[in-house]
Amino acid sequence: MNQAHVPRRDAPSNGRGRLSPIARRRLRVFRGNRRAWWSLWLFGLLFAISLGAEFVANDKPIVMRYEGNWYAPLFVDYPETTFGGFLPTATDYRDPVIRAQIEDDGWMLWPPVPFSYQTLDRDVEGPIPSPPTLRHWLGTDDQGRDVFARVLYGFRLSVAFALALTAGSIVLGVLLGGIQGYYGGKIDLVGQRLIEIWSGLPVLFLLIIMASLVEPNVWWLLGIMLMFSWLGLVDIVRAEFLRARNLEYVRAARALGLPSRLIMWRHVLPNAMVATLTFIPFLFTGAITTLTALDFLGFGLPSGSPSLGELVAQGKNNLQAPWLGITAFVTLSLMLSLLVFIGEGLRDAFDPRHILSSISARPTAQERP
Amino acid sequence: MNTERLLELRGLCIDFGDRRVVSHLDLSVARGETVAVVGESGSGKSVSALGALDLLPSGARITGEREFEGRDLARLDKRQWSALRGGRIGFIFQEPMTSLNPLHTVGQQIGESLRLHQGLRGSSARTRSRELLESVKLPRAEALLRARPHQLSGGQRQRVMIAMAIANDPALLIADEPTTALDVTVQRDILALLDELRRVHHMGLLLISHDLNLVRRHADRVVVMHRGAAVESGSTQAVFTSPRADYTRHLLAAVPDGRPQPLPGAVSQPRLAARELGVEFARPRPLLRPRPTAFVALEPLSLAVAPGETLGIVGESGSGKSTLANALIRLLPSRGEIDFEGQRLDRLTGNALRRRRRDFQIVFQDPYGSLSPRMPVADLVSEGLRFHHPELDRKAIDERIRSVLREVGLPADCGDRYPHEFSGGQRQRIAIARALVLKPKLLVLDEPTSALDRTVQKQLITLLREVQSRHGISYLFISHDLAVVRAMAHRILVLKEGRVIETGPCEQLLSSPQSEYTRTLVEAAELTPVAPDLSR
Repeated sequence: MNQAHVPRRDAPSNGRGRLSPIARRRLRVFRGNRRAWWSLWLFGLLFAISLGAEFVANDKPIVMRYEGNWYAPLFVDYPETTFGGFLPTATDYRDPVIRAQIEDDGWMLWPPVPFSYQTLDRDVEGPIPSPPTLRHWLGTDDQGRDVFARVLYGFRLSVAFALALTAGSIVLGVLLGGIQGYYGGKIDLVGQRLIEIWSGLPVLFLLIIMASLVEPNVWWLLGIMLMFSWLGLVDIVRAEFLRARNLEYVRAARALGLPSRLIMWRHVLPNAMVATLTFIPFLFTGAITTLTALDFLGFGLPSGSPSLGELVAQGKNNLQAPWLGITAFVTLSLMLSLLVFIGEGLRDAFDPRHILSSISARPTAQERP
Repeated sequence: MNTERLLELRGLCIDFGDRRVVSHLDLSVARGETVAVVGESGSGKSVSALGALDLLPSGARITGEREFEGRDLARLDKRQWSALRGGRIGFIFQEPMTSLNPLHTVGQQIGESLRLHQGLRGSSARTRSRELLESVKLPRAEALLRARPHQLSGGQRQRVMIAMAIANDPALLIADEPTTALDVTVQRDILALLDELRRVHHMGLLLISHDLNLVRRHADRVVVMHRGAAVESGSTQAVFTSPRADYTRHLLAAVPDGRPQPLPGAVSQPRLAARELGVEFARPRPLLRPRPTAFVALEPLSLAVAPGETLGIVGESGSGKSTLANALIRLLPSRGEIDFEGQRLDRLTGNALRRRRRDFQIVFQDPYGSLSPRMPVADLVSEGLRFHHPELDRKAIDERIRSVLREVGLPADCGDRYPHEFSGGQRQRIAIARALVLKPKLLVLDEPTSALDRTVQKQLITLLREVQSRHGISYLFISHDLAVVRAMAHRILVLKEGRVIETGPCEQLLSSPQSEYTRTLVEAAELTPVAPDLSR
């Protein structure tokens, strides 16, 4: 009698590609959290703008026309001789001579902010750092560089760095945690002890030592931090795999004869990903703050790179120029708050209690004898 | 019989949101009588008992008249409720594993209730606790008071639960599936105890159960529930001998019946044979001391299964039946020889073993746990197929999925739905389809029907028998339920504590058991069939 009654499907089927019902429910819970939903949009918008930073703030025109020809200085480096200069070096479009030369027989379309993050504005009025004006929306720093441009590029660099670090940590953490959890036994024991030793290494000292040995750049920094940032994930993933490997459907998959890698990939990983996903926002904010802190201390990105940490340091050194400190503070707190809100939303969406309460008293919950 | 009314429910309705789970239930329990509420899972029997006592989570709306000893229950405030629950009304839950707090000793847990309701403390509470444990027939009561729940067996825990329920001399005892999680022999003792306590203390007993056999033996009156409503109520005698409602008749007829297809005579070679198969688990070695002897989960035994034959493996929990099954299909490391169609299975490793696995499949007990909740049915069923037959294209796989779903009695187009959309019986069919799609020669069925209602159980058994006769699959059928085993097995192997107690042809073993243990098992199972009684 139970067999005759096949439950009605409440969602239209469109093949196997559709979201699983659990994922759909989670999406619904996440969207129901308005703060997280708006934060995600706002953060996405800011990041999208910063991705196109070259079009927003640059010391080169986007497109230009000169003597009947089209040029795209944003993408191609033209030597100065092209525009009637004397040296075969890259054109400085901000040079008044070149500028006059070009505008004589053509035109240039400039980005809204005609400064890049490393452009030194020599025509700024008054002493530097100069306060916000129409020319420099957020003022200049103590070398005469446009703060808005630096924030824009710095935001992009921070987020990109954090993204790369998070992605790398997830790959490493899930792989190593998964292997330890799934196989257990000696592999687990040895792996855990090695990780304990590894996590005892002082990261900051390593970075300082490295800074004296090589010229630090983004990749070095990323590499060194990646060596340690996955450690936090391992415990969670390992615990999830350890639990899941004894679940009955994992045993069923083993009985089917599936090889371990397929079982881990298809059956265990989806479970572990839930724990991992809720951890991502924290990895992300952690990566951003670490990078900022290192830059602040001067052990981070090479000097001249657009970095929020450096802006904080400048704000500290130039208390008479509050726009530096305030800009850094607002940027960082906005970015981190948005990420925390998104993280909260994610955590709630993946919280089974939250999901249960949203589907309270479904018939399936009653069926179990 | 004393007719003093204890609990009286009139037109009880319970709604969760806009879903009505109990509608217009009338029920009364008097002192000294046992009233049983019977129904399948999801029929609302537990919910109505919990609802009557306001034990449901918030969000449930309860309407209708509820009286206890003449008092209107709807008017009680929080303090009066807590004096009533655990005081005048005792409650026994289904799961003895989770109903006791694992961090407190038995003495603390009984003592807490005594302190709250009777103000007993110190040695007087201790004395009373010991008396209670003795009254539920637990030996060494003094030592038990200091024990924590994990040190007790399931039956002992349930006795402790009963001791707690009767600690304050309740007038009414509500037992919600009190023996479902227990072995049959333990079940019988617990029910005998409940009967005795009811007589001695002159209590009313409200027994909630899905087990008709049990209800028939212990209840004075019966209420049959179906989809939240009482379809029939009356004296046990009347309901069982001349049921009026169709549903009751349907329920009474839902007894595993029929017998397995007889085998076509002698077969030369067994499909699966094990010689001296044993399983041991190493115990952890304490620091600086020699390693203790390994725990023997299964003592060396030999068995053989012929093509198309069902070997029933019977035993109580902890007897090693699942260990045996898992060892036979190499999911557990073991000693001894395993011979599968002339090939030494115990010597296969790695890829060779994985490739061979398509010939022997397993169906697990829990239909809720054995299907990955994140995969649609088609993916679940075809998973093994895609691995073992990479030569099949998408269309051929789809065809195989459809035909196997049809074979297990599911709609062929349910492939893109997810397991949670199905009932327990349907999920078990999916699990069977997943095994059958590989066309195995041996199927291990590890308690495949234990988590299901009787009516669903019966359908599943019929299905399994059909599949067997169509494809000539050998079954290893593991169960603690002799009624089910009788309907399935050609031969039976009885296990106890990892040892073979007895083995023989099914009918012969059940009708004239050779060993004392098998005899108790058979008696406890009360195999006197319910269905033929109807005609009497």
